[in-house]
Amino acid sequence: MDFSISEEQAMLVDSVAKFIDNDYDFETRQKIAASDAGFSADLWRTYAELGWTAVPFSEEDGGLGGGPVELMLMMEQFGRGLVVEPFLANIVLAGGVMRRLATADQKKKWLDPLIAGELHAALAFAEPQGRFDIANIATTARPDGQDYLLNGKKTLVLNGGAAELLVIPARTDGGQKDHSGITLFAIRGDAPGVTRNSFKMVDGHQGAEVSLTDVRVDGASILGEVGQGYETLHAVIGEATLAVSAEAVGIIRAMQDKTVEYVKNRVQFGVPIGSFQALQHRLVDTLMACEQSYSLLLWAAMTNAAGSDEAEKAISAIKYQIGTAAVHVAREAVQLHGGMGVTWELDIAHFFKRITSIELLFGNADYHLDRYAGLS
Amino acid sequence: MNVNLSAEELAFRDEVRKFFAEKYPADIRYKTDNGIELERDDYIRWQKILYQQGWAAINWPVEYGGTGWTAVQKYIFANEIAEANAPDMVAFGVKMVAPIIYTFGDDEQKKRFLPDILQSNVWWCQGYSEPGSGSDLASLKMRADRDGDHYIVNGTKTWTTLGHMADWIFCLVRTSSDVARRQEGISFLLIDMSTPGVSVKPIITIEGDREVNEVHFENVSVPVENLIGEEGKGWTYGKVLLQHERTNLAGTARSKFRMRRLKAKTTQSVHGAEPLMKDRNFARKFAATEIELKALEYTDLRTLAAVATGKAPGPESSILKIRGTEVAQAIDALYVEAAGYYSLPFVPSQYAVDFPLQDRIGAGSESRSSLRYFNNRKASIYGGSNEIQRNIVSKHVLGL
Ligand SMILES: Cc1cc2nc3c(=O)[nH]c(=O)nc-3n(C[C@H](O)[C@H](O)[C@H](O)COP(=O)(O)OP(=O)(O)OC[C@H]3O[C@@H](n4cnc5c(N)ncnc54)[C@H](O)[C@@H]3O)c2cc1C
Repeated sequence: MDFSISEEQAMLVDSVAKFIDNDYDFETRQKIAASDAGFSADLWRTYAELGWTAVPFSEEDGGLGGGPVELMLMMEQFGRGLVVEPFLANIVLAGGVMRRLATADQKKKWLDPLIAGELHAALAFAEPQGRFDIANIATTARPDGQDYLLNGKKTLVLNGGAAELLVIPARTDGGQKDHSGITLFAIRGDAPGVTRNSFKMVDGHQGAEVSLTDVRVDGASILGEVGQGYETLHAVIGEATLAVSAEAVGIIRAMQDKTVEYVKNRVQFGVPIGSFQALQHRLVDTLMACEQSYSLLLWAAMTNAAGSDEAEKAISAIKYQIGTAAVHVAREAVQLHGGMGVTWELDIAHFFKRITSIELLFGNADYHLDRYAGLS
Repeated sequence: MNVNLSAEELAFRDEVRKFFAEKYPADIRYKTDNGIELERDDYIRWQKILYQQGWAAINWPVEYGGTGWTAVQKYIFANEIAEANAPDMVAFGVKMVAPIIYTFGDDEQKKRFLPDILQSNVWWCQGYSEPGSGSDLASLKMRADRDGDHYIVNGTKTWTTLGHMADWIFCLVRTSSDVARRQEGISFLLIDMSTPGVSVKPIITIEGDREVNEVHFENVSVPVENLIGEEGKGWTYGKVLLQHERTNLAGTARSKFRMRRLKAKTTQSVHGAEPLMKDRNFARKFAATEIELKALEYTDLRTLAAVATGKAPGPESSILKIRGTEVAQAIDALYVEAAGYYSLPFVPSQYAVDFPLQDRIGAGSESRSSLRYFNNRKASIYGGSNEIQRNIVSKHVLGL
């Protein structure tokens, strides 16, 4: 048993943490989120220069060979800094598919520039009717000569507006919820027949609705085997679930610390409000919720790094925990800040909104509790 | 024991229902039904219609223009206005400052202020909280120094809801620091916001709207005739007001309406998905919230019944405020859950009158659900936070 991190891992945490502390204060973050693009293209190149975009990829792909533990360590920091750059969309989601399925040619074309921070990408994992079920795919890919024609609609495509490359799961076979018959296609974001309706999200991130009307793709754009895309999709979404859970842990720890600090300093009735036992107990409860969340996160990261039998269960366990305990911590943090907690000016509100988003992303607490129960 | 409405009460309900069906303007209803923010003029136009019907000030004594309704009639009215999805009277004038004026003001003040409140000619806002004085309101610092027949007012009020729409503000101010209890140095002062030295600065709230403000007062000269009652007694008057505020906060009629709407939405297919109500997890959560709301409604009715027999709402009204806001927030969360990913786009611009509904991202007002959820975190903070309410209950109900 060893809960300590390696020297390389410590260096990674250190570099992200320094960046958050020195270059990504809340004002900077707010300016970036409010800009047209909604993220900083310059900083994204910095992420690449610092090697962060290379972390989860193998050395032969030009990466650093990191795994779930490294991902967790980075995401916690990104959470603390409320980072809006599309790390999840580019690296974890689109990159996750590419790393598992792309051929050497495809990697050269797409993965190399992705890692270099020169290409933006997105994975369209959700459809309007599907809620949290990634296999619920009504988008079709119909053979047409040597090509395929894609038709359908995707919702909440993270980074979908900026993406030059879209990974589209589409049905080449099977019923609407079948696991088999799903094929993953890589298409250009501006391909004829693609309509994108981009929007800012409540958490400051970027999303888009993507409609596909007779989008013509050739066989060279297929990632992996025809009809066999589900397994990869499932693995990538699992990893993304772990990633946002780690981000959430970073967020609630920041919220907890800030709230403890706040109640020590805010004076009402002639004393710091933190001297009221009613509030002390609440903050002890939220502390426990943070610690329990972190413990489950470690379980999930370690079982997934080890590829153990419990890996799947652990992902649903941590996401369930985030959907309940982290939401509780976030609500308490707002409440104990009083009126200040519901102002745009304070980071607490924006942490709260990101937690709300993460609560839903890749399945809410009920969804993962069901899934966990099914795996037991 | 029964909760049946009498024949007269049923007739009254039909009359109220008919009124809303006929007189609630369709263009305003379009806005409230589709998540579009109302403008100042919408409120005023609607409030004047209520005034013409004689229903603007349902709680006032009849002599000032109130309805003289029984508690049951008021309850029926609250249900019908919620069911019509029509806005309530903006509280600050008719529900907050007016009771202070007709209870503690002099005849001159009653004549001067009450008709304009009743007719929605003057918009009021509430100036209690200050940056350093929230829960501990009695620590407030804004000064009003007597200078001949005027007070010179200096200080800052904050969290002033709709202050940017208001003509007048009612304030608790400090007229003396030389008192045994700090409450005794507080007075109740009415201030015309167009007086030189008053400035209003927006505070943007979590969901991105301007709803509250910081109001600054720099050497603002206020005639002494704007003082309500006696100097130094403002705290006592203000407390009456706070109690009024609390009885208005259970909001069960609105919550019932929202639950019914949510049920309608979730029992049908949206975006071609399975109706969400078929998901047992959601159905159970919905049911639990409905049960909690039913309990609250009956608690509310018990209070109403007590008021009807002449008992003033006491500290028990804190219970209504706590549970009322908690249930409302639970409903907000259910709406977010129901909208799922469609609660996440932040596109306020599509909630404009001329924006075609079918071009919105998200069906109906789905993408507003999260904004409402965020905004309504305020409900457990304002009007005396839920922690302060619990303190009141433990002290005055439990005697601890
Ligand atoms: C959206 C919004 C609209 C508002 N509108 C108005 C308005 O129109 N006019 C107006 O005058 N005011 C208004 N308010 C102000 C509101 O009444 C205050 O926010 C409220 O009284 C809490 O004060 P505070 O924000 O300073 O929080 P604080 O008093 O600093 O409280 C911070 C936290 O400490 C807790 N706390 C404080 N004291 C105790 C205690 N003794 N025991 C246990 N817990 C305690 C509180 O419950 C809260 O959780 C509004 C507020 C909001 C958020």
